[in-house]
Amino acid sequence: MKRITIILGLFCLSSAIFAQKYMTQSATLKFFSETPVENIEAVNNQVATVINADNGEIVYSLLIKAFVFEKALMQEHFNEKYMESETYPKSTFKGKIEDFNIDDLSEEAKEYKVKGELTIHGVTKEIETIAKLSKVEGKVKALSNFSVEVADYDIKIPSTVRDNIAKTIAIKIDAEYEKMGG
Amino acid sequence: MRKWAVNTCFSFCFLLTSFSAFAQDDLMQMLEAQEEEVTNYTFATFKTTRLVSGHSVETNAEGVLQFLIGHRFGRLNSGWRDLYGLDNSTVRLGFSYGITDDINIGIGRSSFGKTFDGTIKWRFLKQQSGATNFPFTATYVGASYVNTTEWPNPDRENYFSSRMSFHHSILIARKFGNSLSLQLMPTTVHRNLVETADDQNAIYAMGTGASVKITGSLRGNIEYYYIPEGQIESDIGGEAVRNSISVGVDLETGGHVFQLFLTNSRGMAEKFLVGETTGDWLNGDIHFGFNVSRVFTLKKPKEHR
Repeated sequence: MKRITIILGLFCLSSAIFAQKYMTQSATLKFFSETPVENIEAVNNQVATVINADNGEIVYSLLIKAFVFEKALMQEHFNEKYMESETYPKSTFKGKIEDFNIDDLSEEAKEYKVKGELTIHGVTKEIETIAKLSKVEGKVKALSNFSVEVADYDIKIPSTVRDNIAKTIAIKIDAEYEKMGG
Repeated sequence: MRKWAVNTCFSFCFLLTSFSAFAQDDLMQMLEAQEEEVTNYTFATFKTTRLVSGHSVETNAEGVLQFLIGHRFGRLNSGWRDLYGLDNSTVRLGFSYGITDDINIGIGRSSFGKTFDGTIKWRFLKQQSGATNFPFTATYVGASYVNTTEWPNPDRENYFSSRMSFHHSILIARKFGNSLSLQLMPTTVHRNLVETADDQNAIYAMGTGASVKITGSLRGNIEYYYIPEGQIESDIGGEAVRNSISVGVDLETGGHVFQLFLTNSRGMAEKFLVGETTGDWLNGDIHFGFNVSRVFTLKKPKEHR
């Protein structure tokens, strides 16, 4: 009985210790809108994201107001009219990196399929993308490109600027995770 | 003793497993727990740097140059021969530039009174909520004006300083929810030269304004400057000086804001609103006018350099 207890205890302990998480609060998310009229780019350098290295679960959370545009007026319109950031201050993603194993990662980037729920403007949609993951000096690096349809997230673009804003927005994520508590 | 050890060990294990299970189930909760509360600064209290003819609390962001074209037609009651005022317009062309997000400088020239103006604007308090709270936005506006019309009486000794006047305003505004903004504008206008000894060099006035969001790109605005009596005794062109009242709309497209309005003031700066407004709304002395604001980003934010 004593032995069982100890084994069980060790097992529990090990699972808790090895529930490793990798985190950053300063990942970069950029998005691009390209139309014949103009190209628009916005940057958010304050994206918070965590990977659970045990099971490949990944989440991110960002503030809409933290996106910086080249033109201040665009930033105001983006917040006030399109994203309604007073009502919907955040965008989040909850998902899973498929077939993830922290020990498989090396300095050479590998491609993984990521599936999950992306919430923008209060609307949640399933998305699927490819992420390139690598591990350099104990840090997990992640790069991903995907795109979203503006209409999918119930974002209304007024007719006066319809030609200036693309219907499909390209998104680029660049994160460098550090081991938590390590 | 043995039982105690087993129990302790089990409860310890339970604690650990439950903790790790919690973390796996809700990674998001853990992430959100790490987030610090941020300060939300209220934005877009008004659509542009002008409410109608006078300033709003809004400033141009750092590195942004605004070109503002203001136009006031003649009076609607001037009859068909002048096409209800269309033949008789005044213009102000102005530039203002954001040195920082909160400090702007500007220059302008009004055809009304052939007047040049130089303006400094400083938003020194910001309405905010979240980590820190503050209930309103406050902006100081100061301007110097030089009238360059020919001297009405060239035979006497005239001084350049007599061409100058000044104004100072403290603008206090609050945005209520998403669609209503109110503003108070205590204002003083100083004229170096006045018509008679009964006219005060310094006029004190209280302005009030409101802006209501009608749709995402359309707003209704009202602007009123009240001048307490006994400060201005002289008529201008045979008409008594009145309080300025303006009613209009803001129409926003991508980089432009169009403001269309009706007003009893012909001038497009505080000096003219307070002290040189002679139109009587009830008599039909109403001017149709518009402002066109266009902004140019001369210096990009550091994230885009």
